[in-house]
Amino acid sequence: MKRAGFSHRWLPILFLVPQLAIIFVFFYWPALHAIRSSFFLQDPFGFGENFVGLKNYTAMFKSAAYMRSAWFTVIFTVLVTVLSLSIALLLAVKADKVIRGAKTYRTLLMWAYAVAPPVAGVIGLVLFDQSWGPIKDFVALFGWDFRLGVNYFDTAFAMIFVSVWKQLPVNFIFFMSGLQSIPKSVREAALIDNRSASGRFWDVTFPLLAPTGFFLLITNITYALFDTFGIIDTIVKGKPGNNPMTLVYKVYVDGFRGNDLGGSSAQSVVLMILVLALTVFQFRLVERRIHYT
Amino acid sequence: MTVSKRFRWSAVLDHSILIMGALLMILPVVMLLQMASTTDVHTMKNGPGLVFGDQLPLNFQKAMFKADGFTGANTGVRMLYNSMILGFGFAIGKIVVGMMAAYAIVYFRLRFATLAFWVIFTTLLLPLEVRILPSYEIVQKLGMLNTYQGLIIPLIASATATFFFRQFFRAIPEELVEAARIDGAGPIKFFVDILVPLSRTMIAAMFIIMFIYGWNQYLWPTMITTDEGMYTLVRGIKQITQVNEGTNLPEYGRSNLLSIIAILPPVLIVIFFQRWFVKGLTESDK
Amino acid sequence: MAQVTLNNVRKVYPNGFEAVKPASFAINDGEFVVLVGPSGCGKSTMLRMIAGLEDISSGELNIGDRVVNDVDPADRDIAMVFQNYALYPHMTVAKNIGYGLKNRKIPADQIAAKVQEAATMLNLTEYLDRKPSQLSGGQRQRVAMGRAIVRDPSLFLFDEPLSNLDAKLRNQMRIEIKALQRRLGVTSVYVTHDQVEAMTMADRIIVMNGGVIEQIGTPSEVYHSPASTFVASFMGAPPMNLLNGHAAGGRVRVGDHDLHHHDQDRPLTVGIRPEDIVPDTTGPLQINVSLIEELGAHRLLHGTLQDQAITIHVGKDHPVTTGPIYAAVKPNAVSLFDVESGMRL
Repeated sequence: MKRAGFSHRWLPILFLVPQLAIIFVFFYWPALHAIRSSFFLQDPFGFGENFVGLKNYTAMFKSAAYMRSAWFTVIFTVLVTVLSLSIALLLAVKADKVIRGAKTYRTLLMWAYAVAPPVAGVIGLVLFDQSWGPIKDFVALFGWDFRLGVNYFDTAFAMIFVSVWKQLPVNFIFFMSGLQSIPKSVREAALIDNRSASGRFWDVTFPLLAPTGFFLLITNITYALFDTFGIIDTIVKGKPGNNPMTLVYKVYVDGFRGNDLGGSSAQSVVLMILVLALTVFQFRLVERRIHYT
Repeated sequence: MTVSKRFRWSAVLDHSILIMGALLMILPVVMLLQMASTTDVHTMKNGPGLVFGDQLPLNFQKAMFKADGFTGANTGVRMLYNSMILGFGFAIGKIVVGMMAAYAIVYFRLRFATLAFWVIFTTLLLPLEVRILPSYEIVQKLGMLNTYQGLIIPLIASATATFFFRQFFRAIPEELVEAARIDGAGPIKFFVDILVPLSRTMIAAMFIIMFIYGWNQYLWPTMITTDEGMYTLVRGIKQITQVNEGTNLPEYGRSNLLSIIAILPPVLIVIFFQRWFVKGLTESDK
Repeated sequence: MAQVTLNNVRKVYPNGFEAVKPASFAINDGEFVVLVGPSGCGKSTMLRMIAGLEDISSGELNIGDRVVNDVDPADRDIAMVFQNYALYPHMTVAKNIGYGLKNRKIPADQIAAKVQEAATMLNLTEYLDRKPSQLSGGQRQRVAMGRAIVRDPSLFLFDEPLSNLDAKLRNQMRIEIKALQRRLGVTSVYVTHDQVEAMTMADRIIVMNGGVIEQIGTPSEVYHSPASTFVASFMGAPPMNLLNGHAAGGRVRVGDHDLHHHDQDRPLTVGIRPEDIVPDTTGPLQINVSLIEELGAHRLLHGTLQDQAITIHVGKDHPVTTGPIYAAVKPNAVSLFDVESGMRL
């Protein structure tokens, strides 16, 4: 608050009401509802519900399908995060270095931020098409018989490929802005102290980018967990079947399609806890970041 | 340093990496466009190729005016219109609600300011996706399925814009509100005369980010709109790929062109308002 | 025009910190009063309470013949110039100056005339259509002044208005502000941590430290008869020499040097301004000079008197060397302070 803030009885309340009303109806109510539902078993025909305690949770962790999906989510998240962060960092460092065409490169590398995830999924469907997909044709040269939507591993590969592609621009933009916020004087000092360009990168640039990197790490994990929904849904063409799926996608499939409200709610609650933990972790990093600069 | 420019292998390497990166981002979309320029029969036999055909106008015609489903309501034009409403409605709603709340928190002496702050900022912790089913139920209870309100308002229930404007307002020098108070400006006047004009670039940056975010929504529109006349472009793509799946001759031209139309407005915004876009993105996510 | 009276005005923050201890003083109509002190001494809080930007915890504040404790800043008939100018960045110079008038519902043509008048007075006429970002620091300062004078207030408040300017501009603006205030005859309260500004601009100076008023007086009184060792060391550059001394048998001595007379037998602090010590080969003080600071118009000699640090101010014509010299103290130039409380005796 500003020290010379206004003292007014009802005006600030009036300003806060729209935000608070929306939040209570569409955030707190559903979130609490999800927590409550996770302890109940709903009748599939809509006739009431029974309190079942932690049964939904124990059933969930015992379910082979759930654990399979959980493991896939972990691997998917790690690969998407690591790959898109490292490729984006490489591109950002190069785009920051070149003088000729720097602006053009920047535009070409960031525009895809605006591509909606399902469209990215459509692109994946074309690239890996069974009859003439260019990437499918390419890997066939090495004897890889790529079968999207049939082979579990191949489908996972396509999902990761498209998810990385879609996330590159965000990471690129943040790394660029991180690079540009390194003071010119620091770069010049490094230029005098170290004649090797790669030495300068690892000793000076990389550590100074660490705060951006930490921040992006969390962003990417959140992205891989939640925002890839559209990509996955498009690539499996709405038919999950035996295909790999992330936990968020499973919440949707079990709850919305399978009508298992209690089980789906329990999955939601687990995801909530996961996100909460990530955010707390992020806030602590942000706190530490203040000391860094 | 030598004055004459030396040929440097490292520069060649840098440019090669960048060109490869740029191609990686662009080629897939060029490919969609190429496929949309040939006949569907040609595409089905050969897939994407290097030569552009002459079918773009025809496919454009189909993309904009043809509809799937029973009602025939989800033409490209209709979906474009719905996407615009979602994009603008979400961005404007979020900015107005967020600015007002941030103003109340930063510029007023409120007894329960800390409580309000926490109540609002807890929403940053949980994305819509983890509470998607109960949210759906509530929208259903309120009779807001297949309405624009039902589409837009629940998406506003996270405080990203509020948080962003709070940070921005806090960085505005204290003396400005003091000078305004001595100049006789009350809370409303200060907001309208000083704070809003001062936030213009911030509003623009936020608008761009929020418009793209709203436009690109997929899961929520998929759940909330069953009426084909309410489909947005991004949501409509799913239906088209599903229809394609079930036919002997999929409409590649039409679906690919629709995909391109679906990404065109946000992509153009990113390209033409690049500075504001980058500002909005890098400053809002902190 | 107005008189300002403070009656036991006090500021306590919710966390219990007492920023201003109960203070009472009166500022006369048309007077230029400078509040000076180190940062955190409460001078800004005092000014902000007068402005109405900070609530008064207890006591009574009068502007003119009104008690204004609960009056809104806009209704106190005051104008304020801020340290960072607080210009509205999106408004032109003319709009910045006229904004307060517009809020008072004054007709547009009258506002334009008043803005023009103020701009002429401040040499701002060519800049009226520019935005603050297109102006230099000095010009922004003038716009802030313009915003204040256009309102014809009964009281001007200045919050360190010159501290963002470079040294040369600061000297120039100091003179301009003072001249403008003389011309308009408006009562003014000016906050600064710069004792030179305080000395040169003030009719009266209020020296504050730790939320307490240490002294109120004319620049000359504050300089030559400081009320405490704090005032003695805060006002003047270099500050007054403060030496440990002792009074016995009617004589005040520092070491074995006889300096002054005092009736009681007690230890005390002896204060002498550097320019009140003059080199004199027959003088009673033996000072060991270790360092000479050349300042062009004069020099400062730093050294010791009986192992206590001491500084002497000498004219440029006086030949100086390091090593022992003899000096005398000008008559009536010695201040005596209590050792414990630091108060003037």
